[in-house]
Amino acid sequence: MKKEKAFLIDITECVGCGACYTACKEANNLPETSDDPLRDTLSDKTFTVIEQRGDYYVRQMCKHCFEPTCVSACPVGAFTKIEFGAVLYDESKCLGCRYCMQACPFQIPRYEWGSLNPRVQKCIMCYNRLLEGNIPACAEACPTGATTFGDRDEIIALAKQKIFDNPEKYYNYIYGLNEVGGTSVLYLSPIPFEELGFNTHLLQTALPNFTYEALSKIPTLVSVGGVLLTGFYWLTNRKNEIAREKFLEKTKSQTERSTDNE
Amino acid sequence: MNDFITRTLRPTFWKVVAVIIIALGIYTIYLRFTGGLAAVTNLSDHFPWGLWIGFDVLCGVGMAAGGFTLCAIVYIFNIKKYKPIIRPTILTAFLGYLLVIFALLVDLGRPWAIWHAIIMWNPHSVMFEVAWCVMLYTTVLFLEFSPVIIERFKSKKLLSFIKGITIPLVVIGILLSTLHQSSLGALYLIVPTKMHPLWYSTNLPWFFYLSAIAVGCAMIIFESYLSAKAFKKNLEFHLVSDIGRWIVVILSTYFTWRFVDLALNNKLTLLFFNSIETYLFWLEIIIGIVIPIAFLSQSRIRLNRVGLFVSACFVIGGFLLNRLNVSVTSLQASSGVSYLPSVYEIIITLFIVTIGVILFNLAVQYLPVYEKTKEGIPIEFEIITDENLKVESVK
Repeated sequence: MKKEKAFLIDITECVGCGACYTACKEANNLPETSDDPLRDTLSDKTFTVIEQRGDYYVRQMCKHCFEPTCVSACPVGAFTKIEFGAVLYDESKCLGCRYCMQACPFQIPRYEWGSLNPRVQKCIMCYNRLLEGNIPACAEACPTGATTFGDRDEIIALAKQKIFDNPEKYYNYIYGLNEVGGTSVLYLSPIPFEELGFNTHLLQTALPNFTYEALSKIPTLVSVGGVLLTGFYWLTNRKNEIAREKFLEKTKSQTERSTDNE
Repeated sequence: MNDFITRTLRPTFWKVVAVIIIALGIYTIYLRFTGGLAAVTNLSDHFPWGLWIGFDVLCGVGMAAGGFTLCAIVYIFNIKKYKPIIRPTILTAFLGYLLVIFALLVDLGRPWAIWHAIIMWNPHSVMFEVAWCVMLYTTVLFLEFSPVIIERFKSKKLLSFIKGITIPLVVIGILLSTLHQSSLGALYLIVPTKMHPLWYSTNLPWFFYLSAIAVGCAMIIFESYLSAKAFKKNLEFHLVSDIGRWIVVILSTYFTWRFVDLALNNKLTLLFFNSIETYLFWLEIIIGIVIPIAFLSQSRIRLNRVGLFVSACFVIGGFLLNRLNVSVTSLQASSGVSYLPSVYEIIITLFIVTIGVILFNLAVQYLPVYEKTKEGIPIEFEIITDENLKVESVK
């Protein structure tokens, strides 16, 4: 397993030039969807966008969570978190239930709604470029250093250092460090994150724990339930048998009596 | 035969409605498989599950719960007096599951890959559990219903084999249903921050399970009433009426649990918050729980055919509202979009309901769904064939 990677998106440095947007389109062979990167939205043909929020720009993309909800949700294991920490999707397995989209806390996966053989689409951390020893296209294209890419532990250290060096420039919080158990896209902001439209109500634990807790009860439920049901059946059946024997004896003696009378 | 054809073709209001719905349904399916989901649904990246999952699947599976509930009563608790209504109930459950699978084939993006869950495993996924439950329980329901078909074709060997494995089948069926009903609630455990707090709870699997049992009982009442009207099958009313009493017990437990759960999580203030979610929550609680409990706890209403039927309708209505609240209402706010089903989505749902009613009718007409009971023998003592023979020889 290659070392876990991460992006650091420094909102104070982003000027909304759209270089990452264009680079992403090229790297993933995606068609043009808008002439203004600031007005585009995430879609099956757009894996990253820059959203203007007041005076600031916020880049959206798959967060490549530590314990991804999509990976746990997919019934056929079409999502996997593999080397570099990239979350990839295997369309040959997918059956199109869209539970991954329902489950994602960041509402990232996009669907090819108009296709007859639809796929789930999202950022794949430029996995092929990583294999070749390059960094993701967006990080390479960023002219201001708003997006940096590297080993996750180094990226976290860098984020902490930035806040430490310039406490008046940054809001003292690294978004993504602990959200839903930690993500591979970390954000630094000059102002509180909720003011930039970030979901600040996310839990600090990994979401797959919730479903796993329910699923892990199945073996106990099945074995205890099976024994109880069979036991109940045996008891009530025995009771009925006794009642039936009594009923038969009664009818028998009645028949005998009636033949005697004849 | 001529007689049959003229009888079938004679147009009545409901037949005309059914034909129109079926024609529209087939057209919608054609659109769906030529233009993709975008051509017929209002689903979007922000709202990936709509009416088809909320109604056709969640409600369909829930309303099939009468099957395992009655099986438990008749075979596990051996309360044999309910045996006369077991076949129509199992039939409803079986048809329900077939229609759920049909709905899934329309809703899934790649329906031809539906079998992938058999060989591509992800035991960490609730959807994986759901997929297996659907496959296995549909098989069990088919086997549970198969004596009806086998009797029609008079194969004694097969019949005695199937009857011989009834108890294991029933036990497996109850376990699978328990898992399936609760897992549909467990699907939503993974969206704690997306779902409205009035509905999100770590106890969702239990709530789904309990409400499914309640609606299963209500469905038994509902069908018995309609069967009595439509097929002139007069089921013993006191049997059905007793089920009403159990509904009170189940709904009271469900009601208490849901409110205690809200209280323990400090959510009681939300109950008086002015929002559309609050109103729909109260509507669900009042229609599906409060009114039925108020009605069914009075023997005057419970022992009245229409009163019992109306109470069951309330239980079913509240149940439908609950599932739609969980799957649609509770997720609207966080999704950032407002989803309303498209006309085509509604057509498919009506199409599925119509097909269900037609199949039920056909089955009742051509298969021995309503069993004849041996005269003079209390149903409690009438078990399978050779047992009856014993009684007869004694006579």
